[in-house]
Amino acid sequence: MHFNVRSAYAIYRREMSRAFRTAFQSILSPVLTTSLYFVVFGSVIGARMEPIGGVPYGAFIIPGLLMLTLLGETTSNASFGIYMPRFTGTIYELLSAPVGVAETLAGFVGAAMTKGLILAAIILATATLFVDYQIAHPVFAAFYIMLVASSFALFGFILGIWADSFEKLGIIPLLLLTPLTFLGGTFYSIRDLPAPWDAVALANPIAFLVSGLRWTFYGTADVPIAVSLGLTLGFLALCVVIITVIFRTGWRLRE
Amino acid sequence: MPESILEISGLSKVYKGGTRALDNVDLSIRKGEIFALLGPNGAGKTTLIGAVCGLVRPSSGTMTAFGHDLARDWRRARARIGLVPQELATDMFETVWRAVAYSQGLFGKPYDAERLEDILKGLSLWDKRDAQIRALSGGMKRRVLIAKALAHDPELLFLDEPTAGVDVELRKSMWQQIAALKERGVTIILTTHYIEEAEEMADRVGIIQGGRILMVDEKRAMMERLGTTEAVIALAAPLAALPPEIAAFPVELDAGRTCLTYRGGNGQGGGRAQVAQLAQALTRAGIEYLSLDIHDSSLEDIFVGLLGEGRAA
Repeated sequence: MHFNVRSAYAIYRREMSRAFRTAFQSILSPVLTTSLYFVVFGSVIGARMEPIGGVPYGAFIIPGLLMLTLLGETTSNASFGIYMPRFTGTIYELLSAPVGVAETLAGFVGAAMTKGLILAAIILATATLFVDYQIAHPVFAAFYIMLVASSFALFGFILGIWADSFEKLGIIPLLLLTPLTFLGGTFYSIRDLPAPWDAVALANPIAFLVSGLRWTFYGTADVPIAVSLGLTLGFLALCVVIITVIFRTGWRLRE
Repeated sequence: MPESILEISGLSKVYKGGTRALDNVDLSIRKGEIFALLGPNGAGKTTLIGAVCGLVRPSSGTMTAFGHDLARDWRRARARIGLVPQELATDMFETVWRAVAYSQGLFGKPYDAERLEDILKGLSLWDKRDAQIRALSGGMKRRVLIAKALAHDPELLFLDEPTAGVDVELRKSMWQQIAALKERGVTIILTTHYIEEAEEMADRVGIIQGGRILMVDEKRAMMERLGTTEAVIALAAPLAALPPEIAAFPVELDAGRTCLTYRGGNGQGGGRAQVAQLAQALTRAGIEYLSLDIHDSSLEDIFVGLLGEGRAA
Protein backbone atom coordinates (compact mmCIF):
# COMPACT_ATOMS: atom_id res chain seq x y z
CA MET A 1 0.00 0.00 0.00
CA HIS A 2 1.32 3.41 -0.97
CA PHE A 3 1.45 6.18 1.58
CA ASN A 4 3.07 9.51 0.90
CA VAL A 5 3.93 11.08 4.26
CA ARG A 6 4.69 14.50 2.74
CA SER A 7 1.30 14.69 1.03
CA ALA A 8 -0.52 13.71 4.22
CA TYR A 9 1.48 16.21 6.24
CA ALA A 10 0.78 18.99 3.70
CA ILE A 11 -2.98 18.40 4.08
CA TYR A 12 -2.69 18.12 7.87
CA ARG A 13 -0.66 21.32 8.16
CA ARG A 14 -3.03 23.30 5.97
CA GLU A 15 -6.05 22.12 7.96
CA MET A 16 -4.36 23.03 11.23
CA SER A 17 -3.41 26.41 9.81
CA ARG A 18 -7.06 26.94 8.88
CA ALA A 19 -8.08 26.14 12.46
CA PHE A 20 -5.64 28.62 13.97
CA ARG A 21 -6.74 31.23 11.42
CA THR A 22 -10.27 30.82 12.72
CA ALA A 23 -9.26 30.25 16.34
CA PHE A 24 -12.22 32.12 17.77
CA GLN A 25 -14.73 29.94 15.98
CA SER A 26 -12.74 26.71 16.31
CA ILE A 27 -11.53 26.91 19.89
CA LEU A 28 -12.77 29.89 21.90
CA SER A 29 -16.42 29.57 20.94
CA PRO A 30 -16.87 25.95 22.15
CA VAL A 31 -14.83 26.68 25.27
CA LEU A 32 -17.07 29.63 26.10
CA THR A 33 -20.22 27.55 25.51
CA THR A 34 -18.94 24.71 27.69
CA SER A 35 -17.93 27.15 30.42
CA LEU A 36 -21.48 28.46 30.48
CA TYR A 37 -22.77 24.90 30.92
CA PHE A 38 -20.42 24.46 33.89
CA VAL A 39 -21.52 27.74 35.43
CA VAL A 40 -25.25 27.03 35.02
CA PHE A 41 -25.48 23.23 35.46
CA GLY A 42 -22.27 22.57 37.33
CA SER A 43 -22.03 25.40 39.84
CA VAL A 44 -25.54 26.91 40.19
CA ILE A 45 -27.92 23.95 39.67
CA GLY A 46 -25.27 21.33 40.54
CA ALA A 47 -24.92 22.74 44.05
CA ARG A 48 -28.54 21.74 44.78
CA MET A 49 -28.30 18.27 43.19
CA GLU A 50 -27.58 14.95 44.92
CA PRO A 51 -24.44 13.09 43.79
CA ILE A 52 -25.12 10.50 41.09
CA GLY A 53 -23.48 7.11 41.68
CA GLY A 54 -21.32 8.72 44.30
CA VAL A 55 -20.05 11.40 41.88
CA PRO A 56 -20.86 15.06 42.67
CA TYR A 57 -23.22 16.45 40.02
CA GLY A 58 -20.78 19.11 38.78
CA ALA A 59 -18.15 16.44 38.11
CA PHE A 60 -20.74 13.96 36.78
CA ILE A 61 -21.63 16.16 33.79
CA ILE A 62 -17.99 16.72 32.66
CA PRO A 63 -17.73 13.60 30.41
CA GLY A 64 -21.09 14.37 28.81
CA LEU A 65 -20.24 18.01 28.16
CA LEU A 66 -16.85 16.97 26.80
CA MET A 67 -18.56 14.47 24.50
CA LEU A 68 -21.07 17.11 23.39
CA THR A 69 -18.29 19.45 22.26
CA LEU A 70 -16.06 16.71 20.91
CA LEU A 71 -18.76 15.20 18.68
CA GLY A 72 -19.98 18.54 17.38
CA GLU A 73 -16.57 20.06 16.73
CA THR A 74 -14.80 17.06 15.17
CA THR A 75 -17.78 16.37 12.92
CA SER A 76 -18.09 20.03 11.88
CA ASN A 77 -14.35 20.49 11.38
CA ALA A 78 -13.90 17.43 9.21
CA SER A 79 -17.07 18.06 7.21
CA PHE A 80 -16.15 21.70 6.62
CA GLY A 81 -12.57 20.71 5.75
CA ILE A 82 -13.64 18.60 2.75
CA TYR A 83 -16.84 20.49 1.86
CA MET A 84 -15.13 23.88 1.36
CA PRO A 85 -12.68 22.64 -1.30
CA ARG A 86 -15.65 21.05 -3.09
CA PHE A 87 -17.62 24.28 -2.81
CA THR A 88 -14.80 26.60 -3.94
CA GLY A 89 -13.41 24.25 -6.57
CA THR A 90 -9.98 23.93 -4.95
CA ILE A 91 -10.55 20.19 -4.65
CA TYR A 92 -9.17 19.93 -8.20
CA GLU A 93 -5.69 20.03 -6.68
CA LEU A 94 -6.33 17.16 -4.27
CA LEU A 95 -7.92 15.06 -7.01
CA SER A 96 -5.13 15.71 -9.49
CA ALA A 97 -2.37 15.00 -6.95
CA PRO A 98 -0.77 11.59 -6.43
CA VAL A 99 -2.75 11.27 -3.22
CA GLY A 100 -4.99 8.38 -2.21
CA VAL A 101 -7.57 7.74 0.46
CA ALA A 102 -4.95 6.99 3.14
CA GLU A 103 -3.10 10.31 2.82
CA THR A 104 -6.35 12.26 2.49
CA LEU A 105 -7.79 10.72 5.64
CA ALA A 106 -4.53 11.07 7.56
CA GLY A 107 -4.46 14.75 6.66
CA PHE A 108 -8.08 15.81 7.03
CA VAL A 109 -9.15 13.42 9.75
CA GLY A 110 -5.84 13.69 11.61
CA ALA A 111 -6.25 17.46 11.76
CA ALA A 112 -9.88 17.22 12.89
CA MET A 113 -8.82 14.73 15.54
CA THR A 114 -5.97 16.96 16.74
CA LYS A 115 -8.33 19.91 17.00
CA GLY A 116 -10.76 17.74 18.96
CA LEU A 117 -8.04 16.68 21.39
CA ILE A 118 -6.80 20.25 21.89
CA LEU A 119 -10.38 21.25 22.55
CA ALA A 120 -10.87 18.38 25.02
CA ALA A 121 -7.72 19.39 26.90
CA ILE A 122 -8.87 23.01 27.07
CA ILE A 123 -12.34 22.00 28.26
CA LEU A 124 -10.93 19.76 30.97
CA ALA A 125 -8.63 22.57 32.07
CA THR A 126 -11.60 24.97 32.05
CA ALA A 127 -13.65 22.49 34.13
CA THR A 128 -11.07 22.64 36.94
CA LEU A 129 -12.04 26.31 37.40
CA PHE A 130 -15.60 25.31 38.32
CA VAL A 131 -15.57 21.80 39.81
CA ASP A 132 -13.21 19.35 41.48
CA TYR A 133 -12.76 16.06 39.67
CA GLN A 134 -10.29 13.21 39.34
CA ILE A 135 -9.88 10.99 36.27
CA ALA A 136 -9.85 7.34 37.36
CA HIS A 137 -8.29 5.95 34.15
CA PRO A 138 -6.44 8.87 32.51
CA VAL A 139 -4.64 6.80 29.83
CA PHE A 140 -7.84 5.00 28.87
CA ALA A 141 -9.67 8.33 28.90
CA ALA A 142 -7.13 9.84 26.47
CA PHE A 143 -7.39 6.75 24.26
CA TYR A 144 -11.17 6.81 24.29
CA ILE A 145 -11.28 10.53 23.50
CA MET A 146 -8.94 9.92 20.54
CA LEU A 147 -11.06 7.00 19.38
CA VAL A 148 -14.27 9.02 19.51
CA ALA A 149 -12.58 12.05 17.90
CA SER A 150 -11.22 9.99 15.01
CA SER A 151 -14.54 8.15 14.49
CA PHE A 152 -16.54 11.37 14.31
CA ALA A 153 -13.89 13.09 12.20
CA LEU A 154 -14.38 10.25 9.70
CA PHE A 155 -18.14 10.63 10.03
CA GLY A 156 -17.76 14.37 9.41
CA PHE A 157 -15.65 13.65 6.34
CA ILE A 158 -18.46 11.51 4.92
CA LEU A 159 -20.94 14.26 5.79
CA GLY A 160 -18.81 16.85 3.97
CA ILE A 161 -18.75 14.69 0.85
CA TRP A 162 -22.47 13.94 1.05
CA ALA A 163 -23.59 17.54 1.62
CA ASP A 164 -24.32 19.66 -1.41
CA SER A 165 -25.28 22.79 0.53
CA PHE A 166 -24.28 24.59 3.72
CA GLU A 167 -27.71 23.76 5.12
CA LYS A 168 -27.10 20.02 4.79
CA LEU A 169 -23.66 20.50 6.31
CA GLY A 170 -25.19 21.90 9.48
CA ILE A 171 -28.22 19.61 9.75
CA ILE A 172 -26.52 16.52 11.20
CA PRO A 173 -24.51 18.21 14.00
CA LEU A 174 -27.39 20.51 14.95
CA LEU A 175 -30.42 18.30 14.53
CA LEU A 176 -28.96 14.90 15.26
CA LEU A 177 -25.75 14.93 17.31
CA THR A 178 -26.64 17.70 19.77
CA PRO A 179 -30.12 16.36 20.69
CA LEU A 180 -28.86 12.78 20.91
CA THR A 181 -26.00 13.86 23.18
CA PHE A 182 -28.39 15.79 25.44
CA LEU A 183 -30.66 12.73 25.59
CA GLY A 184 -27.71 10.34 25.93
CA GLY A 185 -27.16 10.86 29.63
CA THR A 186 -25.05 13.99 29.57
CA PHE A 187 -26.93 15.55 32.50
CA TYR A 188 -28.36 12.42 34.10
CA SER A 189 -27.81 8.71 34.45
CA ILE A 190 -29.90 6.59 32.09
CA ARG A 191 -30.37 4.09 34.93
CA ASP A 192 -32.35 6.75 36.80
CA LEU A 193 -34.92 7.02 33.99
CA PRO A 194 -38.30 5.35 34.66
CA ALA A 195 -39.25 2.32 32.56
CA PRO A 196 -39.62 2.10 29.62
CA TRP A 197 -37.51 5.23 28.97
CA ASP A 198 -34.35 3.63 30.37
CA ALA A 199 -34.63 0.96 27.64
CA VAL A 200 -35.60 3.51 24.96
CA ALA A 201 -32.55 5.63 25.87
CA LEU A 202 -30.30 2.70 24.97
CA ALA A 203 -31.47 2.98 21.35
CA ASN A 204 -29.46 6.18 21.29
CA PRO A 205 -25.87 5.27 20.28
CA ILE A 206 -24.49 8.47 21.80
CA ALA A 207 -25.59 7.19 25.23
CA PHE A 208 -22.98 4.43 24.90
CA LEU A 209 -20.26 6.98 24.11
CA VAL A 210 -21.14 9.22 27.06
CA SER A 211 -21.32 6.19 29.31
CA GLY A 212 -17.96 4.91 28.04
CA LEU A 213 -16.21 8.20 28.67
CA ARG A 214 -17.83 8.52 32.10
CA TRP A 215 -16.43 5.08 33.00
CA THR A 216 -12.89 6.23 32.09
CA PHE A 217 -13.43 9.25 34.38
CA TYR A 218 -15.14 7.75 37.41
CA GLY A 219 -15.20 3.97 36.94
CA THR A 220 -19.00 4.02 36.84
CA ALA A 221 -21.15 3.61 33.73
CA ASP A 222 -24.71 3.04 32.50
CA VAL A 223 -23.58 0.25 30.15
CA PRO A 224 -20.48 -2.00 30.31
CA ILE A 225 -17.35 -0.27 29.00
CA ALA A 226 -16.69 -3.21 26.63
CA VAL A 227 -20.01 -2.53 24.88
CA SER A 228 -19.20 1.18 24.52
CA LEU A 229 -15.74 0.39 23.21
CA GLY A 230 -17.00 -2.24 20.77
CA LEU A 231 -19.68 0.09 19.43
CA THR A 232 -17.19 2.91 18.92
CA LEU A 233 -14.71 0.64 17.14
CA GLY A 234 -17.53 -0.73 14.97
CA PHE A 235 -18.59 2.81 14.03
CA LEU A 236 -14.97 3.69 13.19
CA ALA A 237 -14.64 0.62 10.95
CA LEU A 238 -17.95 1.39 9.21
CA CYS A 239 -16.82 4.96 8.44
CA VAL A 240 -13.49 3.71 7.03
CA VAL A 241 -15.33 1.27 4.75
CA ILE A 242 -17.75 3.96 3.53
CA ILE A 243 -14.92 6.41 2.78
CA THR A 244 -12.92 3.75 0.94
CA VAL A 245 -15.96 3.02 -1.23
CA ILE A 246 -16.45 6.76 -1.85
CA PHE A 247 -12.86 7.13 -3.05
CA ARG A 248 -13.03 4.01 -5.20
CA THR A 249 -16.23 5.09 -6.92
CA GLY A 250 -15.48 8.83 -6.90
CA TRP A 251 -18.99 9.50 -5.56
CA ARG A 252 -19.52 13.29 -5.29
CA LEU A 253 -15.79 13.84 -5.82
CA ARG A 254 -15.10 13.00 -9.45
CA GLU A 255 -17.53 13.73 -12.26
CA MET B 1 9.81 11.42 -34.27
CA PRO B 2 9.92 12.90 -30.71
CA GLU B 3 9.04 10.61 -27.83
CA SER B 4 5.33 10.47 -26.94
CA ILE B 5 4.59 11.19 -23.29
CA LEU B 6 0.81 11.02 -23.31
CA GLU B 7 -1.23 8.50 -25.25
CA ILE B 8 -5.02 8.65 -25.23
CA SER B 9 -6.93 5.93 -26.99
CA GLY B 10 -10.67 5.51 -27.53
CA LEU B 11 -11.47 7.88 -24.66
CA SER B 12 -15.18 8.53 -24.14
CA LYS B 13 -17.10 10.24 -21.39
CA VAL B 14 -20.86 10.15 -21.06
CA TYR B 15 -22.23 12.22 -18.18
CA LYS B 16 -25.33 11.34 -16.21
CA GLY B 17 -28.25 12.40 -18.34
CA GLY B 18 -26.58 11.11 -21.48
CA THR B 19 -24.42 14.07 -22.54
CA ARG B 20 -21.50 12.65 -24.50
CA ALA B 21 -18.66 15.03 -23.64
CA LEU B 22 -15.93 12.93 -25.23
CA ASP B 23 -16.47 10.57 -28.12
CA ASN B 24 -13.75 8.03 -28.86
CA VAL B 25 -10.85 10.46 -28.61
CA ASP B 26 -7.39 9.37 -29.76
CA LEU B 27 -4.51 11.72 -29.08
CA SER B 28 -0.76 11.49 -28.77
CA ILE B 29 1.29 14.27 -27.17
CA ARG B 30 4.99 14.60 -27.95
CA LYS B 31 7.62 15.38 -25.39
CA GLY B 32 8.61 19.03 -25.25
CA GLU B 33 5.88 20.42 -27.49
CA ILE B 34 3.21 23.04 -26.90
CA PHE B 35 -0.06 21.53 -27.99
CA ALA B 36 -3.06 23.82 -28.35
CA LEU B 37 -6.50 22.29 -28.06
CA LEU B 38 -8.99 24.53 -29.80
CA GLY B 39 -12.72 24.22 -29.65
CA PRO B 40 -15.91 26.14 -28.96
CA ASN B 41 -17.59 26.17 -25.55
CA GLY B 42 -18.79 22.69 -24.57
CA ALA B 43 -16.53 21.00 -27.10
CA GLY B 44 -15.02 18.71 -24.46
CA LYS B 45 -11.66 20.46 -23.86
CA THR B 46 -12.00 20.70 -20.06
CA THR B 47 -13.46 17.19 -19.82
CA LEU B 48 -10.48 15.83 -21.73
CA ILE B 49 -8.05 17.57 -19.36
CA GLY B 50 -10.11 16.45 -16.36
CA ALA B 51 -9.98 12.83 -17.52
CA VAL B 52 -6.18 12.89 -17.74
CA CYS B 53 -5.76 14.72 -14.42
CA GLY B 54 -8.15 12.55 -12.41
CA LEU B 55 -11.05 14.97 -12.05
CA VAL B 56 -13.33 13.10 -14.41
CA ARG B 57 -13.93 9.36 -14.54
CA PRO B 58 -13.82 8.23 -18.17
CA SER B 59 -16.62 5.98 -19.43
CA SER B 60 -14.21 4.04 -21.64
CA GLY B 61 -10.79 4.22 -23.23
CA THR B 62 -7.22 4.11 -22.06
CA MET B 63 -4.68 6.78 -21.12
CA THR B 64 -0.96 6.34 -20.63
CA ALA B 65 1.36 9.06 -19.34
CA PHE B 66 5.14 8.58 -19.22
CA GLY B 67 4.46 4.90 -19.88
CA HIS B 68 2.21 4.56 -16.80
CA ASP B 69 -1.40 3.50 -17.18
CA LEU B 70 -3.42 6.35 -15.67
CA ALA B 71 -6.09 3.96 -14.38
CA ARG B 72 -3.70 1.61 -12.58
CA ASP B 73 -0.43 3.43 -12.00
CA TRP B 74 -1.93 6.87 -11.49
CA ARG B 75 0.31 7.88 -8.60
CA ARG B 76 3.51 7.80 -10.64
CA ALA B 77 1.88 9.50 -13.60
CA ARG B 78 0.15 12.27 -11.62
CA ALA B 79 3.33 13.13 -9.74
CA ARG B 80 4.71 14.35 -13.08
CA ILE B 81 1.61 16.22 -14.28
CA GLY B 82 0.56 19.76 -13.37
CA LEU B 83 -2.80 21.44 -13.89
CA VAL B 84 -3.82 25.07 -14.05
CA PRO B 85 -7.61 25.06 -14.01
CA GLN B 86 -9.85 27.43 -15.88
CA GLU B 87 -11.64 28.67 -12.75
CA LEU B 88 -9.76 30.88 -10.27
CA ALA B 89 -10.11 28.26 -7.54
CA THR B 90 -7.78 29.11 -4.66
CA ASP B 91 -7.93 29.28 -0.90
CA MET B 92 -8.58 33.01 -0.74
CA PHE B 93 -7.51 33.41 2.90
CA GLU B 94 -4.16 31.69 2.44
CA THR B 95 -0.97 33.59 1.64
CA VAL B 96 0.71 33.12 -1.72
CA TRP B 97 3.74 31.45 -0.15
CA ARG B 98 1.76 28.99 1.95
CA ALA B 99 -0.54 28.12 -0.96
CA VAL B 100 2.38 27.29 -3.25
CA ALA B 101 4.27 25.45 -0.48
CA TYR B 102 1.12 23.38 0.13
CA SER B 103 1.07 22.30 -3.51
CA GLN B 104 4.72 21.30 -3.32
CA GLY B 105 4.05 19.08 -0.31
CA LEU B 106 0.76 17.72 -1.66
CA PHE B 107 2.57 16.31 -4.67
CA GLY B 108 5.06 14.59 -2.39
CA LYS B 109 7.99 16.96 -2.86
CA PRO B 110 10.16 17.97 0.10
CA TYR B 111 9.84 21.59 1.19
CA ASP B 112 12.21 23.57 -1.02
CA ALA B 113 12.17 27.29 -0.24
CA GLU B 114 14.70 28.10 -2.96
CA ARG B 115 12.56 26.46 -5.63
CA LEU B 116 9.48 28.28 -4.36
CA GLU B 117 11.39 31.55 -4.50
CA ASP B 118 12.46 30.85 -8.09
CA ILE B 119 8.90 30.09 -9.11
CA LEU B 120 7.43 33.16 -7.45
CA LYS B 121 10.13 35.43 -8.85
CA GLY B 122 9.64 33.94 -12.32
CA LEU B 123 5.96 34.77 -12.16
CA SER B 124 6.49 38.25 -10.64
CA LEU B 125 4.79 37.16 -7.42
CA TRP B 126 7.75 37.44 -5.05
CA ASP B 127 6.66 40.81 -3.68
CA LYS B 128 3.22 39.35 -2.96
CA ARG B 129 4.42 36.19 -1.22
CA ASP B 130 2.98 37.21 2.16
CA ALA B 131 -0.25 38.65 0.76
CA GLN B 132 -3.52 36.81 1.13
CA ILE B 133 -4.69 35.54 -2.25
CA ARG B 134 -8.01 37.35 -1.92
CA ALA B 135 -6.11 40.67 -2.00
CA LEU B 136 -4.60 39.96 -5.42
CA SER B 137 -5.88 41.03 -8.84
CA GLY B 138 -7.42 38.47 -11.20
CA GLY B 139 -4.23 38.25 -13.24
CA MET B 140 -2.13 37.65 -10.15
CA LYS B 141 -4.52 34.98 -8.90
CA ARG B 142 -4.11 33.20 -12.20
CA ARG B 143 -0.33 33.41 -11.81
CA VAL B 144 -0.68 31.92 -8.31
CA LEU B 145 -2.48 28.98 -9.89
CA ILE B 146 0.39 28.60 -12.35
CA ALA B 147 2.90 28.81 -9.47
CA LYS B 148 0.97 26.10 -7.59
CA ALA B 149 0.98 23.88 -10.67
CA LEU B 150 4.74 24.37 -11.09
CA ALA B 151 5.61 23.76 -7.43
CA HIS B 152 6.28 20.06 -8.00
CA ASP B 153 8.20 20.63 -11.25
CA PRO B 154 5.80 18.81 -13.57
CA GLU B 155 7.04 17.51 -16.89
CA LEU B 156 3.59 17.77 -18.44
CA LEU B 157 1.54 20.88 -17.74
CA PHE B 158 -2.11 21.44 -18.57
CA LEU B 159 -3.21 25.03 -18.92
CA ASP B 160 -6.97 25.31 -19.22
CA GLU B 161 -7.72 28.73 -20.72
CA PRO B 162 -4.61 30.27 -19.09
CA THR B 163 -5.24 33.79 -20.33
CA ALA B 164 -9.02 33.94 -19.99
CA GLY B 165 -10.03 37.31 -18.61
CA VAL B 166 -6.54 38.84 -18.48
CA ASP B 167 -5.55 42.02 -20.30
CA VAL B 168 -3.44 42.08 -23.46
CA GLU B 169 -0.22 43.06 -21.67
CA LEU B 170 -0.49 40.30 -19.09
CA ARG B 171 -1.51 37.82 -21.76
CA LYS B 172 1.70 38.51 -23.67
CA SER B 173 3.68 38.22 -20.45
CA MET B 174 2.10 34.83 -19.83
CA TRP B 175 2.98 33.72 -23.36
CA GLN B 176 6.59 34.54 -22.53
CA GLN B 177 6.38 32.55 -19.30
CA ILE B 178 4.87 29.59 -21.12
CA ALA B 179 7.61 29.81 -23.78
CA ALA B 180 10.20 29.83 -20.95
CA LEU B 181 8.65 26.65 -19.52
CA LYS B 182 8.94 25.01 -22.90
CA GLU B 183 12.60 26.03 -23.00
CA ARG B 184 13.05 24.17 -19.72
CA GLY B 185 11.65 21.04 -21.34
CA VAL B 186 8.10 21.13 -19.98
CA THR B 187 5.49 19.72 -22.33
CA ILE B 188 2.45 21.98 -22.41
CA ILE B 189 -1.11 21.29 -23.39
CA LEU B 190 -3.25 24.41 -23.44
CA THR B 191 -6.84 25.02 -24.27
CA THR B 192 -7.82 28.41 -25.48
CA HIS B 193 -10.51 30.45 -27.11
CA TYR B 194 -7.92 32.84 -28.45
CA ILE B 195 -6.83 31.53 -31.83
CA GLU B 196 -4.10 34.17 -31.76
CA GLU B 197 -2.70 32.43 -28.70
CA ALA B 198 -2.46 29.08 -30.46
CA GLU B 199 -1.08 30.74 -33.57
CA GLU B 200 1.58 32.49 -31.49
CA MET B 201 2.69 29.63 -29.29
CA ALA B 202 1.63 26.17 -30.41
CA ASP B 203 3.77 23.65 -32.20
CA ARG B 204 0.75 21.50 -32.93
CA VAL B 205 -2.95 22.20 -32.88
CA GLY B 206 -5.87 19.90 -32.21
CA ILE B 207 -9.40 20.94 -33.03
CA ILE B 208 -12.18 19.42 -30.96
CA GLN B 209 -15.92 19.75 -31.40
CA GLY B 210 -18.79 17.81 -29.88
CA GLY B 211 -16.30 15.64 -27.99
CA ARG B 212 -14.57 14.51 -31.17
CA ILE B 213 -11.12 15.47 -32.38
CA LEU B 214 -11.65 16.84 -35.89
CA MET B 215 -8.01 17.35 -36.72
CA VAL B 216 -4.54 17.26 -35.21
CA ASP B 217 -1.58 18.61 -37.10
CA GLU B 218 1.52 20.77 -36.95
CA LYS B 219 0.36 24.36 -36.84
CA ARG B 220 2.42 25.27 -39.90
CA ALA B 221 1.36 22.18 -41.83
CA MET B 222 -2.28 22.91 -41.00
CA MET B 223 -1.97 26.47 -42.21
CA GLU B 224 -0.15 25.38 -45.35
CA ARG B 225 -2.61 22.61 -46.10
CA LEU B 226 -5.78 24.44 -45.35
CA GLY B 227 -4.66 28.05 -45.75
CA THR B 228 -5.87 30.13 -48.69
CA THR B 229 -5.37 33.61 -50.08
CA GLU B 230 -8.28 35.91 -50.82
CA ALA B 231 -7.85 39.00 -53.02
CA VAL B 232 -10.63 41.52 -53.65
CA ILE B 233 -10.11 43.68 -56.76
CA ALA B 234 -12.30 46.76 -57.19
CA LEU B 235 -12.73 47.35 -60.96
CA ALA B 236 -12.79 50.86 -62.45
CA ALA B 237 -15.79 49.97 -64.65
CA PRO B 238 -18.39 47.19 -64.71
CA LEU B 239 -17.26 44.12 -66.60
CA ALA B 240 -19.81 42.48 -68.93
CA ALA B 241 -18.09 39.09 -68.85
CA LEU B 242 -14.82 37.56 -67.75
CA PRO B 243 -12.30 37.30 -70.60
CA PRO B 244 -10.94 33.73 -71.00
CA GLU B 245 -7.43 34.71 -69.75
CA ILE B 246 -9.00 35.99 -66.50
CA ALA B 247 -11.58 33.19 -66.17
CA ALA B 248 -8.65 30.73 -66.04
CA PHE B 249 -7.95 32.01 -62.50
CA PRO B 250 -10.13 30.98 -59.52
CA VAL B 251 -12.10 34.22 -59.55
CA GLU B 252 -15.73 35.31 -59.18
CA LEU B 253 -17.40 38.45 -60.45
CA ASP B 254 -19.94 39.92 -58.08
CA ALA B 255 -23.53 40.76 -58.99
CA GLY B 256 -22.69 44.45 -59.60
CA ARG B 257 -19.89 43.31 -61.94
CA THR B 258 -17.46 45.83 -60.40
CA CYS B 259 -15.70 43.55 -57.92
CA LEU B 260 -13.55 40.54 -58.68
CA THR B 261 -12.76 38.11 -55.89
CA TYR B 262 -9.89 35.65 -56.06
CA ARG B 263 -9.78 32.65 -53.72
CA GLY B 264 -6.91 30.22 -54.08
CA GLY B 265 -3.43 29.30 -53.04
CA ASN B 266 -2.34 26.83 -50.43
CA GLY B 267 -1.02 28.92 -47.57
CA GLN B 268 2.55 28.56 -48.80
CA GLY B 269 2.69 31.88 -50.60
CA GLY B 270 1.43 30.44 -53.92
CA GLY B 271 -1.79 32.42 -53.63
CA ARG B 272 0.01 35.76 -53.53
CA ALA B 273 2.12 34.86 -56.58
CA GLN B 274 -1.01 33.92 -58.48
CA VAL B 275 -2.66 37.20 -57.51
CA ALA B 276 0.34 39.03 -59.01
CA GLN B 277 -0.14 37.05 -62.23
CA LEU B 278 -3.85 37.90 -62.19
CA ALA B 279 -3.05 41.62 -61.84
CA GLN B 280 -0.71 41.40 -64.82
CA ALA B 281 -3.38 39.54 -66.83
CA LEU B 282 -5.94 42.25 -66.02
CA THR B 283 -3.51 44.93 -67.25
CA ARG B 284 -2.80 42.97 -70.42
CA ALA B 285 -6.54 42.61 -71.03
CA GLY B 286 -6.98 46.39 -70.59
CA ILE B 287 -9.15 46.01 -67.50
CA GLU B 288 -8.47 48.86 -65.10
CA TYR B 289 -8.84 48.41 -61.36
CA LEU B 290 -8.98 50.87 -58.47
CA SER B 291 -7.69 48.78 -55.55
CA LEU B 292 -6.42 45.33 -54.68
CA ASP B 293 -6.80 43.93 -51.17
CA ILE B 294 -5.00 40.66 -50.32
CA HIS B 295 -5.69 38.59 -47.19
CA ASP B 296 -4.09 35.26 -46.20
CA SER B 297 -6.31 33.03 -44.10
CA SER B 298 -5.43 32.84 -40.44
CA LEU B 299 -5.67 29.88 -38.10
CA GLU B 300 -8.98 31.39 -37.04
CA ASP B 301 -10.35 31.16 -40.60
CA ILE B 302 -9.23 27.55 -40.76
CA PHE B 303 -10.73 26.86 -37.33
CA VAL B 304 -14.08 28.40 -38.25
CA GLY B 305 -14.09 26.53 -41.57
CA LEU B 306 -13.37 23.20 -39.89
CA LEU B 307 -16.05 23.75 -37.27
CA GLY B 308 -18.53 24.48 -40.07
CA GLU B 309 -17.59 21.23 -41.79
CA GLY B 310 -17.80 19.43 -38.45
CA ARG B 311 -21.35 20.63 -37.89
CA ALA B 312 -22.37 19.72 -41.44
CA ALA B 313 -20.91 16.20 -41.13
